[in-house]
Amino acid sequence: MTSEHATTLIGERFGSAQVENGPPLTVTLPVDAWLPFAQFAKDELRCRYFSFLTAVDWKDQGLDVVLKIDNVDDNLSLIVKTRLEPGVSSCPSLTPLYRGANWMEREAYDMFGIVFEGHPDLRRILLTDDWEGHPLLKSYAVDTPHPPYR
Amino acid sequence: MSSATPTRVELDYAGSERLTMNMGPQHPSAHGVFRAVLTLEGETVIDVDAVIGYLHRCHEKLAETLTYAQYPSIASKTDYVAAMTSEFAYVRAAEMIGKIEVPQRAEYLRVLVSELQRVASHLLWLGTWCMDMGGALGGGATIFLYTIRERELILDLFESLVGARLLYGFFQVGGVRYDLPDGWAASCLETVDVLDGRISEYERMLEDNPFFMARAEGVGVISRELAEDVGISGPLLRGSGVAYDLRRAEPYSVYGDLDFVVPVESSGDCLARYRVRMVEFRESLKIVRQVLDTLPAGPVSSRPGLKSVAQTRIPKGEAYARIEGARGEVGCYLIADGSAKPYRMKWRGASFSNLAVLPHIIPGHKVSDIVAIMGSVDPVFGEVDR
Amino acid sequence: MPEWLLPVIAPFVVLNAIIGIVTYVTLLERKFAARMQSRIGPYRVGPHGLLQPIADAIKLMMKEDIVPTAADRPVYNLAPIVFLAPCMFIFATIPFAPGLGVADLNIGILFFLAISAMEIVGLFMAGWGSNNKYALLSAMRAVNQVISYDLPFIFSALTPVLLAGSLRLSDIAMAQEGLWFVFYPVLGQLAFVLFIVSTVAAENRAPFDILEAESELVAGFRVEYSGMKFALIQLGEYAHILGASFLGALLFLGAWSGPGPEWLGPVWFLIKAMCVFLLVTWVRWSFVRIRVDQILALSWKALLPMTLLLLLATAFVVVWRHSGVA
Repeated sequence: MTSEHATTLIGERFGSAQVENGPPLTVTLPVDAWLPFAQFAKDELRCRYFSFLTAVDWKDQGLDVVLKIDNVDDNLSLIVKTRLEPGVSSCPSLTPLYRGANWMEREAYDMFGIVFEGHPDLRRILLTDDWEGHPLLKSYAVDTPHPPYR
Repeated sequence: MSSATPTRVELDYAGSERLTMNMGPQHPSAHGVFRAVLTLEGETVIDVDAVIGYLHRCHEKLAETLTYAQYPSIASKTDYVAAMTSEFAYVRAAEMIGKIEVPQRAEYLRVLVSELQRVASHLLWLGTWCMDMGGALGGGATIFLYTIRERELILDLFESLVGARLLYGFFQVGGVRYDLPDGWAASCLETVDVLDGRISEYERMLEDNPFFMARAEGVGVISRELAEDVGISGPLLRGSGVAYDLRRAEPYSVYGDLDFVVPVESSGDCLARYRVRMVEFRESLKIVRQVLDTLPAGPVSSRPGLKSVAQTRIPKGEAYARIEGARGEVGCYLIADGSAKPYRMKWRGASFSNLAVLPHIIPGHKVSDIVAIMGSVDPVFGEVDR
Repeated sequence: MPEWLLPVIAPFVVLNAIIGIVTYVTLLERKFAARMQSRIGPYRVGPHGLLQPIADAIKLMMKEDIVPTAADRPVYNLAPIVFLAPCMFIFATIPFAPGLGVADLNIGILFFLAISAMEIVGLFMAGWGSNNKYALLSAMRAVNQVISYDLPFIFSALTPVLLAGSLRLSDIAMAQEGLWFVFYPVLGQLAFVLFIVSTVAAENRAPFDILEAESELVAGFRVEYSGMKFALIQLGEYAHILGASFLGALLFLGAWSGPGPEWLGPVWFLIKAMCVFLLVTWVRWSFVRIRVDQILALSWKALLPMTLLLLLATAFVVVWRHSGVA
């Protein structure tokens, strides 16, 4: 599975995806293609290695969810991104597909408030359960106090 | 990870009493602050909920407020047992976005300290793991004191190089901060020779010991499928039969020019992880010897002296830099917006993913096995909680 | 000295001597362990750390006595005493030299073994009364382990009994005048090895210290004890080990026999007991702990059949030799 081969396969199956050649190969998708693409990447591109999942806050342009998966046999790395429009805070969960997504999605929920639909156990992971706000959002200022103090 | 964990083991004698027991956050073998809420049936664990976050210091938010010159020394506080490799990931990400040239000598020095750091970190792992299994008041403590004695030798080397023993701030964008002092290479070679002999000693001490083998063999098996699915890395992944080492798969720095072996074991148990790390000890020492032999002359940094910390600016862009740390894939996903500070930094701690495998493998084991498995995973909670 | 005073003075002297020796045995162990681990060990209090045990004792006495709110108070408070008492009683039957002991019973070894197994009551009380889950698990393990290992412990101790033909400890010691039982061909060495292994296990010492298991159960049954109560438990534990070491020296190493005048006998006995103790300590500081199911398997599947076979073999040898003589 070379990176060119992967690019053609992605182009055939997901017309809506933009592919930037890497490495790592970067694929940008609409939200509704998120879960099907992950399934496709795991089965057909054999990207079975779950590296990480996170999010980026682009302020008034919405949130990016970023996923990194690898095919360790063919040394193919894939970064998959999807944009959640402003006001949208839900995204399909990858936990049924990759067990590693469990903690990573909990962390993204903790830090960005993204609700992963279908996650079996979406709780805060790093912060305490009664924490207010989601610290990695750009609107969560570092220099203003956030009562209650902890 | 409570009710929905698919690996939950149902035992057939229903009606027996179950015990919920907190292991941690303050516990002798928690390796930091980790809390495992165990559901026990007798001595057998049937369910575990792993609670992390006690050491969370909002590294990712902090990175957005610190310049590229300031953050590397903070990055070393993520994985404080292998601080050098943590710094490496961050500066490499910044260099990838900014396309900053790094002098050859600096690259060699980076590899040199990373490998020494790997040895130091594995030494601490061996000691603490044996202490988990053998107890601070038993044979484990004996091995712990031996490995700590050897780790001191490496820390002494780092101290004479950087001036610090735990958190270094040795790496900077564009190179490294200091060149080797006079006579450092000779004392380093001496240390490497000493370590080589001592590692054989540990192997004899442990592998000829039937109790050690009984505790490690067949315990905490991670299948290859589970390993990839959860995304564990480093010695754990290689212990589960995946020959994946970033120094080989994606040769960064000067690893492409160096000769070393990537050990792989297929059984996936604690013993396999132990064997992988024991080989890595020797391979790292081999790399250190090669680097000292072929160390090129020249400057150690391509970056001029700074007038202010905000002077290093990285152009707009993003990169994911990953390196093979002592515990596995240490990744830094950096997004730069053209200013002196990153727009966003995601830290992929190797320990975070490695620890995430615990709830999948612990159910069905005995209480005593938990500490053996925890130790063989070798988590550093600075990196898990960031 | 009136006759009736002796039974009062003798236990008093022995008890105090034991407490004194136990205090210094801890220092011996710490020094020995330190040497094994390429350290120096206690060095600051007094010359070569010789006053360290006294400093430890003072420290423990001055600590605050903390009782958990939810503890079962009567059980919790009584446990250290119940634990300590049998550990001290076992010295009653040990003759430190011919005629020098509290009571040289004709069933001495039976008394020793029976009383020594009683420590489990105190252990379990401590684990149960603390109302702590670590302590409870540890108490469960303790019952498992002590029951499993007292059998091989007793059976291996019976081999010298058969060889000597008496249950009286002084008789067993006398029977070794010519040949220490550890040098008795084959049987002696096997019995000694099995005795050491089961001593280590029955005393809950590493690598069989699953009930203390500080990396799993923090400190096991004594996790909630502090100050003087903790000191009593420690004292009991070391006294028990010391008692077992004396028993080992008596059963296998010829007790007080040794070169020099007769008054050196007790000194020889002490030296031999210390050798047994250091052997146990050596094992402790070189092995990692084994798991509870492995410990039980080792006892029931290996040690118990082996000690039984050995006992049988010894009986045959003894009968054969007696009939040969007769």
